[in-house]
Amino acid sequence: MFKPSSSSQALLRTSASTSRGLRPFRAKLRTSRSLATVADPPVRRYGGLKDQDRIFTNIYCRHDHGIKGAMARGDWHRTKDIILKGDSWIIQNIKDSGLRGRGGAGFPSGLKWSFMNKPGWEKDPRPRYLVINADEGEPGTCKDREILRGDPHKLIEGCLVAGRSMNATAAYIYIRGEFYQEASHVQQAINEAYAAGFLGKNACGSGYSFDVYVHRGAGAYICGEETALIESIEGKQGKPRLKPPFPADVGLFGCPTTVANVETVAVAPTICRRGGSWFAGFGRERNQGTKLYCISGHVNNPCVVEEEMSIPLKDLIEKHCGGVRGGWDNLKGIIPGGSSVPVLPIDICSEVLMDFDSLKDAQSGLGTGAVIVMDKSTDMIKAIARFSDFYKHESCGQCTPCREGTTWMMNMMNRMVEGRSHAREIDMLLELTKQVEGRTICALGDAAAWPIQGLMRHFRPEVEARIASFRAANGAVGFGGHLMRDADDTLALPDNLGLRLPEVAAPQPHA
Amino acid sequence: MLSRIPRVVISRNLVRRRFISSTPSKRSDALFVHRDTPYNNPKIAFEFNAENLKRAEEIISHYPPQYKKAAVIPLLDLGQRQNKGWTSISVMNYVANLLGMPPMRVYEVATFYTMFNREPIGEHFVQVCTTTPCMLRGSTEILNAACEQLGGIKPGQTSKDGKFTIVEVECQGACSNAPMLAVGDDFYEDLTPATTKKILDAFKKGQKPKAGPQSGRHTSENSAGLTNLTTKPYGPGEFCLPEFQ
Repeated sequence: MFKPSSSSQALLRTSASTSRGLRPFRAKLRTSRSLATVADPPVRRYGGLKDQDRIFTNIYCRHDHGIKGAMARGDWHRTKDIILKGDSWIIQNIKDSGLRGRGGAGFPSGLKWSFMNKPGWEKDPRPRYLVINADEGEPGTCKDREILRGDPHKLIEGCLVAGRSMNATAAYIYIRGEFYQEASHVQQAINEAYAAGFLGKNACGSGYSFDVYVHRGAGAYICGEETALIESIEGKQGKPRLKPPFPADVGLFGCPTTVANVETVAVAPTICRRGGSWFAGFGRERNQGTKLYCISGHVNNPCVVEEEMSIPLKDLIEKHCGGVRGGWDNLKGIIPGGSSVPVLPIDICSEVLMDFDSLKDAQSGLGTGAVIVMDKSTDMIKAIARFSDFYKHESCGQCTPCREGTTWMMNMMNRMVEGRSHAREIDMLLELTKQVEGRTICALGDAAAWPIQGLMRHFRPEVEARIASFRAANGAVGFGGHLMRDADDTLALPDNLGLRLPEVAAPQPHA
Repeated sequence: MLSRIPRVVISRNLVRRRFISSTPSKRSDALFVHRDTPYNNPKIAFEFNAENLKRAEEIISHYPPQYKKAAVIPLLDLGQRQNKGWTSISVMNYVANLLGMPPMRVYEVATFYTMFNREPIGEHFVQVCTTTPCMLRGSTEILNAACEQLGGIKPGQTSKDGKFTIVEVECQGACSNAPMLAVGDDFYEDLTPATTKKILDAFKKGQKPKAGPQSGRHTSENSAGLTNLTTKPYGPGEFCLPEFQ
C-alpha cells in the first residue's frame, strides 16, 4: 500500500514504529483480540510530494519549454517502446494507476479509453479521434494553462500514448481562444515533434502513424463540455449533443472519439514509464495519483502546484500558499473545485481532504482542483451571485430550464445581494435550482444550481439576515423585490405577491 | 411591475384606457441582428491577403476534406485579425464562400462565440476579467481604474481617440494570477490599480509593456519563494521502470 519511495515526508504513523507512547495501549488491545486479528491500518498523512515525484517539472516556465528542454526533463524518452507495447498494455497500466479524469467528473480514465476498443473495432473503417479538452474556462481553474505553456511536450507525447491506447488516428487539441501564448507554445511543440519524427507517419519509428492538430476556440465556456466541444470543432455553435450515442460511438465528424482533459493525457507517458503502481502509491484508495491544484482568492500567495491527491485542504493552503490572508481563523469559506461545486464553511475546510470521495462526502466536489479561498471580508452572497451571472452569460440557450433558469437565478441572487427579497424566496430559489438540476442535456444547469445550493446550505443565516435588514430599512418586500411602499393602495393587491405576508423570522437557535 | 405604477390618483381618462405592460427593448452588449450600416454592409469587399490565404489553406488541411467547415472558427479569427480586430458581415460572407458553407451557418457561429466582435473596436482591446476569483482580489478597482484612465468610458465603450475599447469579460483562466486584464492576446496579471494605469499609459504612448505578472513573480509560483520544484528536474529515464531506463 504505502511505498516509502513515494513520499518520505508523509508522516507514517504506524502503531509500531513512530508512536511509542501508544504502544502499551495497543499491546493491550492486541491481546484482547481473538483469532481473527485485523492489523490496524496505518494512519497516513497525505501531501508532501517530493520534486522527484512531480510529473510536471516545468509548470512555472523556469526552464525551456521547447523540445530540447523537454527531452532533458525526460519527455519522449523511449516513447517508441511504450507504443510498441500495444493498446492493452497502456490501458492496463492506466487502469492500474487508478487515474481518474482530471477535468472534473473524475471518470476512471483507463475504463474510458478502453471504450474505444470494442470487440470488432478493427472492422470499422472510420478514422478514430482523440480530442484534448484544453478549453479551460471554469472560474478558478488555471492548471491546464501551465501545462500548455510550460510542458507542452508532455501533452503532445500524452496524445500519442493515449492515442495509441485507443488506436486513434489523430488528435485535436481544443485550446480556448484566449490562450494565445499557450496555443503558440503547443503549436511550436507539435512542429518540433514532427520535425524530430515523433509524430506523423511512423511516429517515433514505431510504425504507428498519428497526427496532432491544434484547434483554437473562440470564447465559450460551454465548449468545455465534451459534446459541445465536438460540435465546436465541427464548426458549429457549441451546443451539447444528447447522449447516447456517446462520442466513443459517434463523435467528432461522426467517428469514434474520446474527449479527455489536458492533465489526464499529459500524465499518461510518465505513468507508463514509471509504472502504474508508482502513481497509485499516492493518495487514498480510488483517488490515487498526483494532481495540479490551483489556488486563488484570499490567500497570501496564490499559486498553481502539483501535490499528492488526498492532501488535506488546510495543509495545501498553509504549505504552498502562505496560508489564508489574516490567518486560518479569518477564513469564511472555500470553493474546493472551481465555480461549479458548492462552497464549504471553515469547520469542514479544516478536515476535508482534497480528493474526489472526501469532497463528495462533504457535499461538494473536487471538480478541477481549483481552490477559491474567501476570507471574512468576502460578501459571500455577492461572490455566489457573480457565479450566477457567469452561468447566465455562458448558458448556450439550448435547453429551456437552463436558459431561463440561469437568468432567474441571476436575478434572484442579485436581489439577495442587496437583501431585496422576501425570506420565503430563499426556498423558492432553492426549488428553482432543483428544477434546473438534472433537467438539461449537459451539466451546465447543474453547475449553475450547485453554488447556490451550497450557499444556502452553509450560509443561509447570512442571507436571511441581509433580507431582514433590508426589510427593516425599507419596509415589507414582496416576491420579486416589490416594495410595499411603492404599491398602489387604490388597486387590488393579489395575495400571491407576498406583500401582505407577515415577516418570516429567522429560526432561533435552541437555548 | 407594481413598483412602476405611480402612486397618484388616476384620472378617469386614463382608467378607461387599458394598460398593456411591455418590457422596454433592452440592448444587450452585443446585438445579435445585423443591420446594414455605412461601415458594415455586405458591399464592402473583404479578402484574405496572400499570407492569410496560405494560413487558411494550411488550417483547412487539418480537417477531413468533407468537413471543411470545421475550419470556420479559425478562419473567422484570421479574418477578424486582418479586419482590425472585428468581424464584419463581409468577413463572414467571405469565410462562408471560402468554405462552401451557407452564410447563415457562419453567422450562427460568429454570434455564438464571444471572441468575435461584430462591431468595430479600438486599436487595443482591453478585456478586464471580473469573475469571482478576480473579483475577490479586487477586479472592481482594476476595472474602475482602467475606465478612468481611458477617459471615463464605461465597459463596452471605445475611448474618444479610438485607441482603446474596454470590456468586462468572464473568467480568462488565470485565476492564480488574479486580478488580470488582457490587451489583445496578452495577459497582464497580478494587477493593482497603479500597475493597471501604468500599462494603459504605456499602450497610449505606443509602447508594448511586458506581458505576464506585474508583481515581479515569474508565472504562477508562490510569490514568497518556491515551495516546490526547487531542485533540478529529473532527467530522461530517472526513476523509471527498469525497462524504460
